[in-house]
Amino acid sequence: MSIANTAHSVVEPSSNTRRLAGSLVVLYAVVSMIPLVWIVLTSFKSPDDAISYPPKIVFTPSLEGFCNLFTTRSRQTPEFIRSLGPSQGLCEEIARSRNMVVAGPSNYVPRFVNSLIIAFGSTVLAVALGTLSAYGFSRFRVPLKDDLLFFILSTRMMPPIAVAIPIYLMYRTIGLSDTRLGMILLYTSVNVSLAVWLLKGFIDEIPREYEEAAMIDGYTRFQAFVKVVLPQATTGIAATAIFCLIFAWNEYAFAVLLTSGNAQTAPPFIPIIIGEGGQDWPAVAAGTTLFLVPIVVFTVLLRKHLLRGITFGAVRK
Amino acid sequence: MNDLSAPSRITYGAVLVQPAVVRRIRGLSDKALAWLFITPTMVLLLAINIFPLVWTIYLSFTNYRANRANAPVKWLGIDWYQTILTDPDIWAAMQVTAHFVFWTVVIETVLGFGLAFLIDKKFRGHGVWTTIILLPMMLSPAVVGNFWTFLYQPQIGLFNYVVAFITGRPASSFQMLGDVTLSPWAIVIVDAWMWTPYVMLICLAGLRSIPDYIYEAAEVDRASKWRQFWSITLPMALPFIMLAVLFRGIENFKMFDMVNLLTGGGPGSTTEVASITLKRAAFESWRTGYSSAFAIILFVTVFGLANIYVKALNRVKNR
Repeated sequence: MSIANTAHSVVEPSSNTRRLAGSLVVLYAVVSMIPLVWIVLTSFKSPDDAISYPPKIVFTPSLEGFCNLFTTRSRQTPEFIRSLGPSQGLCEEIARSRNMVVAGPSNYVPRFVNSLIIAFGSTVLAVALGTLSAYGFSRFRVPLKDDLLFFILSTRMMPPIAVAIPIYLMYRTIGLSDTRLGMILLYTSVNVSLAVWLLKGFIDEIPREYEEAAMIDGYTRFQAFVKVVLPQATTGIAATAIFCLIFAWNEYAFAVLLTSGNAQTAPPFIPIIIGEGGQDWPAVAAGTTLFLVPIVVFTVLLRKHLLRGITFGAVRK
Repeated sequence: MNDLSAPSRITYGAVLVQPAVVRRIRGLSDKALAWLFITPTMVLLLAINIFPLVWTIYLSFTNYRANRANAPVKWLGIDWYQTILTDPDIWAAMQVTAHFVFWTVVIETVLGFGLAFLIDKKFRGHGVWTTIILLPMMLSPAVVGNFWTFLYQPQIGLFNYVVAFITGRPASSFQMLGDVTLSPWAIVIVDAWMWTPYVMLICLAGLRSIPDYIYEAAEVDRASKWRQFWSITLPMALPFIMLAVLFRGIENFKMFDMVNLLTGGGPGSTTEVASITLKRAAFESWRTGYSSAFAIILFVTVFGLANIYVKALNRVKNR
């Protein structure tokens, strides 16, 4: 052992071990990032560059993918295009260079908006219901508490397709098929189990004495919950909300089976972005990039609570 | 009583022995409030989980078809269950699922534990690199699966190019998604890429839960690093590894989105995991009764296996 290390505990790894471990981890991280970097690079390629062999790492950046993502285009004769006035905007210009004109906006923005509405709607509902139940389970003597909690968890063990069969029939009967409200309720019911389990963990960590002191001072139990417990649980509620948001944002199975036009979210839409002659990869990549950016931001925000979230609160740091 | 610095046990006890003080305060009783808080969640779960589950069980005994909603419904008893359990296609799907679950869990556990072990050496910048490694698991499996079809393209895909570059085989000589022997591995690779970080994160928590003094004692006893790994590190991290295996096992048994977009079950039915068979039966051939019975069988399987596994996990934890 080197002299520099003697001040440390005997179990501290040597600097050589650390360097080796560090380089292996960095190697893994870099390799695992390649697909993501490739998505972002492809979104800035022209269709020809995107499908060239060997794959191009250096290329002239183009916004054609983003233009194709946001617009629909129709092919026209060169004579017709020449008869048009000067082109307006970059996307029109790119389209005309390929003998096309922009016909109108694509469905990407409405699908993205659906994703936002459904994700936020179901998150607000799930966190609200989850906070109330978590407080109930954490503080009160509820008969069959463990059974109820396990029941809440077990709703997550159904394969989504198995749930989708009766939900499809039920929504068809009561007119919730392909509606945002229907999807919000469905995602709320999936997320509420996560919310209850996570928030119960967070609320368990808030000492009861705070509320009890407040109640002795004349607060009712409900006032104590609102004015003492909720402010203390803000971090936990925020972390839980982000997890619910990510689930609803990423969900595909229910969305593809239960929505078609009106309430369709982005995940079932992105794979069916078709250009002329097959998938329009730069447009798909552009849609994917825009769709993934919020998640990357949330992951960085959440990194301290990730472990809890992915294990339903079973493992805490 | 307002003195929060008083020992917490005593304060807590004092409130318990003085329920009258609390009750005299205006407002709902605790019992009423408990039900008020818990009922909305239960109502939602009953409406959107339990009622549909009961309906599925009912449908599984009938010949109902969702695309012929007005046809008379006939009671079939357990016919569908018999059909399914003797159907070679179902068993083929279960085998595909088993292959997928087994290999993803093995690869993710080995790689994930290895990574956690390395990150636990606390090299400089390990926090940043850990966050970077975690990214894939947060993304939408559907969107990611769709994009991997691009990477797997035989002529233009990056994956084939890299393999060609390393092995020297021409990139168009193999099709990850179109070949019956390669496609089951194609879905395993994407899943491993996505979820190794998940296992890594849980294993890292396990490794960090081992107190330093145990290693110090082992050093004093002159146990080799190798011996320390097998006698301390691995046994003490085992409950965490098992938990990660449980979660990955359940999730991959239910796997639908990523595989549906990567291969859609093909070529043929070589990557047709159980959920895809279920989707084809339920939403393509509209055999609602049949698929309901299969759904119930899958649910019971997952539920049963998970319960057995949790028992084993608890035994390891309490050892």
